[in-house]
Amino acid sequence: MKKTYKIDVDCANCANKMEQAAKKTEGVKDATVNFMALKMKVEFEDGAEPAAVMQEVRRNCKIVEDDCEIFL
Amino acid sequence: MIKVTKLTENLNKKQKNLLLRIIAAAVMLVILFILPLDDYPIVRFLLFLIPYFTVGYDILRKAFKGILNHQVFDECFLMAVATIGAMILGEYTEGVAVMLFYQIGELFQSIAVGKSRRSISDLMDIRPDYANLEQDGEVEKVDPDEVEVGSIIVIRPGEKVPIDGIVVEGNSSLNTSALTGESLPRDVKPGDEIISGSVNMSGLLRVETTKEFDESTASKILELVENAGERKAKSEQFITKFARWYTPAVCYSALALAILGPVINVLAFHKASDWALWSDWIYRALTFLVISCPCAIVVSVPLSFFGGIGGASSEGILIKGSNFMETLANVKYLVMDKTGTITKGNFEVTAVHDGRDQNIDSAEILELAALAECHSSHPIASSIRRAYEAGGVELDKSRVADVQEVSGKGVIAVVDGIQVAAGNLKLMRQLNIECEACHHVGTIVYVAKGAVDGPLSYIGHVVISDEIKPTSAEAISALKKAGVVKTVMLTGDITSMAESVAKEVGLDEVHAELLPEDKVTHVEKLIAEKNAQAGPGAALAFVGDGINDAPVLAIADLGIAMGALGSDAAIEAADVVLMDDDPAKIVKAIRIARKCIRIVNENIWFAIGVKFLCLILGALGIANMWLAIFADVGVMVLCVLNAVRALFVKNV
Repeated sequence: MKKTYKIDVDCANCANKMEQAAKKTEGVKDATVNFMALKMKVEFEDGAEPAAVMQEVRRNCKIVEDDCEIFL
Repeated sequence: MIKVTKLTENLNKKQKNLLLRIIAAAVMLVILFILPLDDYPIVRFLLFLIPYFTVGYDILRKAFKGILNHQVFDECFLMAVATIGAMILGEYTEGVAVMLFYQIGELFQSIAVGKSRRSISDLMDIRPDYANLEQDGEVEKVDPDEVEVGSIIVIRPGEKVPIDGIVVEGNSSLNTSALTGESLPRDVKPGDEIISGSVNMSGLLRVETTKEFDESTASKILELVENAGERKAKSEQFITKFARWYTPAVCYSALALAILGPVINVLAFHKASDWALWSDWIYRALTFLVISCPCAIVVSVPLSFFGGIGGASSEGILIKGSNFMETLANVKYLVMDKTGTITKGNFEVTAVHDGRDQNIDSAEILELAALAECHSSHPIASSIRRAYEAGGVELDKSRVADVQEVSGKGVIAVVDGIQVAAGNLKLMRQLNIECEACHHVGTIVYVAKGAVDGPLSYIGHVVISDEIKPTSAEAISALKKAGVVKTVMLTGDITSMAESVAKEVGLDEVHAELLPEDKVTHVEKLIAEKNAQAGPGAALAFVGDGINDAPVLAIADLGIAMGALGSDAAIEAADVVLMDDDPAKIVKAIRIARKCIRIVNENIWFAIGVKFLCLILGALGIANMWLAIFADVGVMVLCVLNAVRALFVKNV
């Protein structure tokens, strides 16, 4: 399953860091961050609960870049 | 002053706040620089802390949080280390200035990115805001999302078409320039299909919707352009990897520089290990940290692609990903379908020839053929009727009687009491009619006449062919000029026809009478040939109308579908979609891609070059922190400005 979320982040490198952080989150099969469109597309593992996984993704993103937001 | 207010109007709250802090800190810095404080070191230090915290408090806070989260290579952390280090070394002005310029860079980046986001959404201003839904005779403004398929909507002059549909009432002309880049308006009448995103220019239209809003052309195009950035180009992946490697590498070198520099100096050159020596090397190491942020490169590359993709879409060229932009720039072999790509795909009467011995003119031949074929639904028959009616005469079907269709061959009918046969060579042979061969290429309809039940004699023939698009030949020569090595045409048509088309437009190679699966094998062969001759870096693109060449579009390095406006299948199957069917757009797409890739490369090498130069100069002690931060921010400004250039594609 794939879902797209709106995000807010200031710098391009931070967006890349968010992408890495999201990818490493459990339950996430793949993630891409589009800095120019300010969107994050997340592909979930089969059976993962998107709402719960996204909470974790947001937490991990906040660790690498404090000044970011994912609108869930 | 007006300019300033205009400038600040476009900033969001965060940016305005940062701008104020930068100005305040800069003013304070200048004042502190002038004030004679040399005799009061403590006061001087404390005073310098004011602008330092004013401009950099958020960086310091983020750096602190970064430490808590074990994010050592966070650029805020690095900036904090560099500036605090400078303060400790007593270089107050530099500590504040580095923070100040770093923030100027951040502000500039955020403004530039926001601005190009906005200009692209302006370019792609096809998103309709509302629909006028007609229900029980009343018209109501609703969200286009709520309109169901089969509803009737009203589009007034000046409004955007919100949803794809069919005109049920009204005549108007539509401006499709936002979709196709074509400025010529398109006339529509009841029964015509119209697509969302075009603008109604003159008359009121009542339209029955055929799709939901999300499935409509405008929504699809917007989604496609917005998601294009997700398919990352090789250069983007390179930059991401580079950034991940660059920052830690620079930081470790800085650490090495701070320790090994003095140690080597002491051991090898027998210098005294005093504070002056250590502080000199620590200063050099801090200079390294200033240059360690990779943001200039990281932001300019996706920005260039975003600009290029946005600019291209304003010209009616949809590029589905940054990776395809890269492939497009490297196209060396171009393989094309014939029908619908090089030719118009509609059959037209191109010539009428009268037989030598007869006293009959070509108008009569066409008339007889049109009347004989008046009941046939075959596309050839309808093209003959169209050609006849183009003379302004209505076809009078009552003149025709006794129509007899000979399947696969033609038709025999009685027109005005005379027997007329119109059909191909096989029909003429069956009726034992002598006729002459035609030197023209195309489908030939021979016409013969005679008394009913008597022998027929040949009077002339009509030539029907698929017209070559007016821009085809020009497009092929422009492609060659643009560095495309080989142009090939693949078609299911007969060889003589294909060769004449190929010759007329100047194609290098032609393969005719192909079945769809033959096209696939031919493209595979050409890919192998291209790899052998031009190297695997060169790309092979296939251009088709996207309707029945999906397998070929898929195996080519790059699939280009043209004339795709309104065709979902084509938009799905291809990597690059040309909204209208003008072959000149192929060259334009390649030029836009080349410009974009050139900008990307310029940015990558310029930014990396300047950074490495600064690192070397910094290590040698030639470049100080001032130069480092100037170079760093300057490079970013130049790269971002350069990236924005990718947006302007009107005259490439």
